[in-house]
Amino acid sequence: MKIVTNADSSCGECSHGVDPLFRCQAPKKDAPKIGDGRQITLLCSRGELGLSIEMNAKTKNFSGDLIEFRGVSFHINDIPSRVVISNASLTVPFGETLVLLGRSGSGKTTLLRLINAMLLPSRGQVLVQGRATVDWDPIRLRRGIGYVIQEAGLFPHFTVAENVGLVPSLEKWERERAAERVRELLKLVGLDPDEFAGRRPRELSGGQRQRVGVARALAADPPILLMDEPFGALDPVTRAELQREFRALAQRLQKTIVFVTHDLREALLLATRIVLLEAGRIVAVAPPQEFLKADHPEVRAFAASLEANSGAPA
Amino acid sequence: MTPAVSDWSFFAEHRGEILGATVDHMALVVMAMLVAIVIAVPLGMFIVERPALRAASLGIANIFQTIPSLALFGLLIPIPFIGGIGRRTAIVALVLYALLPILRNTYVGLSGIDPAVLEAAEAMGMTSTQILFRVRFPLALSVILAGIRTATIITIGVATIAAEIGAGGLGTFIFRGVALVSDSLILAGAIPAAVLALIADFLLGLLERRLRVV
Repeated sequence: MKIVTNADSSCGECSHGVDPLFRCQAPKKDAPKIGDGRQITLLCSRGELGLSIEMNAKTKNFSGDLIEFRGVSFHINDIPSRVVISNASLTVPFGETLVLLGRSGSGKTTLLRLINAMLLPSRGQVLVQGRATVDWDPIRLRRGIGYVIQEAGLFPHFTVAENVGLVPSLEKWERERAAERVRELLKLVGLDPDEFAGRRPRELSGGQRQRVGVARALAADPPILLMDEPFGALDPVTRAELQREFRALAQRLQKTIVFVTHDLREALLLATRIVLLEAGRIVAVAPPQEFLKADHPEVRAFAASLEANSGAPA
Repeated sequence: MTPAVSDWSFFAEHRGEILGATVDHMALVVMAMLVAIVIAVPLGMFIVERPALRAASLGIANIFQTIPSLALFGLLIPIPFIGGIGRRTAIVALVLYALLPILRNTYVGLSGIDPAVLEAAEAMGMTSTQILFRVRFPLALSVILAGIRTATIITIGVATIAAEIGAGGLGTFIFRGVALVSDSLILAGAIPAAVLALIADFLLGLLERRLRVV
């Protein structure tokens, strides 16, 4: 875990770094290949980013798709008649923000939970970094995957700092390094650490809780981020605000993100690619600018809802 | 029934004995509660994820609760090792009574946690042991303590009956008072027992509120 303990001396060219997380990263926009760009992080980062470096080192050697579904079906309790997902195949390359779109019950959350082995496929395989989820130690797999859910699911008995610092503490980081990381992350999600670190989740607004949820998911700098309707319970104004900020964040952090929503507008805003699910089947896969052109009836149904919404007074 | 002047003078004359019996009574209750907590809380943690065991253990604890206390004391006397006359038998019976509230509240507390919190804990790569001790248990603590509070108050009351099988405590005065038709004697046992119950209720209530999270 302690690959780099102190690389401060090589941080001379840090002046161009604006990101509190990757403050030393060169402003190179065309490097979403695994390993590229990250190496600069390694050169310039300070001791507290040791774990992120280790994880990047792990993903660096992996050149395929970060997540891959191969003919995946999921049946409740493995009962063949109770199909939730049927024969889904999909690849998610590094750096993508893939949005799973669909109605309630279409299987999008199930698909998400198959990635971090909260569920295991009844048929087929889900590969994460080239290895099937059944072959992963689920604990190790999940520590490398950030997870954000609706209402954030923060631990009510922990302070904001303890919530954000949970995975670092599970990974037995040194105290100061974890504390520094928590401060960085709170700043990253737009919360003043001095004001918020000591608060309990009940002392936060919905939007603030969700920011803490995002910070918590990013704590150990996982290469993959799973988000299940993270902004679903927020008021429209806060929601739009967080969506905008999240989009900027996603572009900056170069995470591979799988994002579940039933809101087409949100999907169009955040996705690099949209996957539409209907009754457990993938019925359309397209980048946002082409998505609305598809002529599948379920795409038309979603498009119609968008038109109906934009026509009505907000 | 308001204590007459004679009752107060009785209290004053026998305060040494009453105090001694109160201490005995408390010792009986504390012992029984410690044993009950040591059994019921881990058992509650164990049965949370095991529905079959849960039904069985809650059922058995329920049965003990329904046996009239005097009968339970009587039934225990002939049993070797745990039975006989005296404090040990009394403590066994009191433990059996205290089990259900603690067990039930431990189970309810541990299973009544916001599913989103548990989902997040699991998804963050916490092991089931870590989830139990770092998430479930702290969040359930005030509910568990409410069970301990209920059990303590029941035990303080039931412990008076333990005097019938020679366990001592405040019940000694009550049974003697009933036999001699002496209100003063009955009150000498009943009032300290009631005060003990109120104090225990108050203090455990304070603790419970301090531990409540949400």
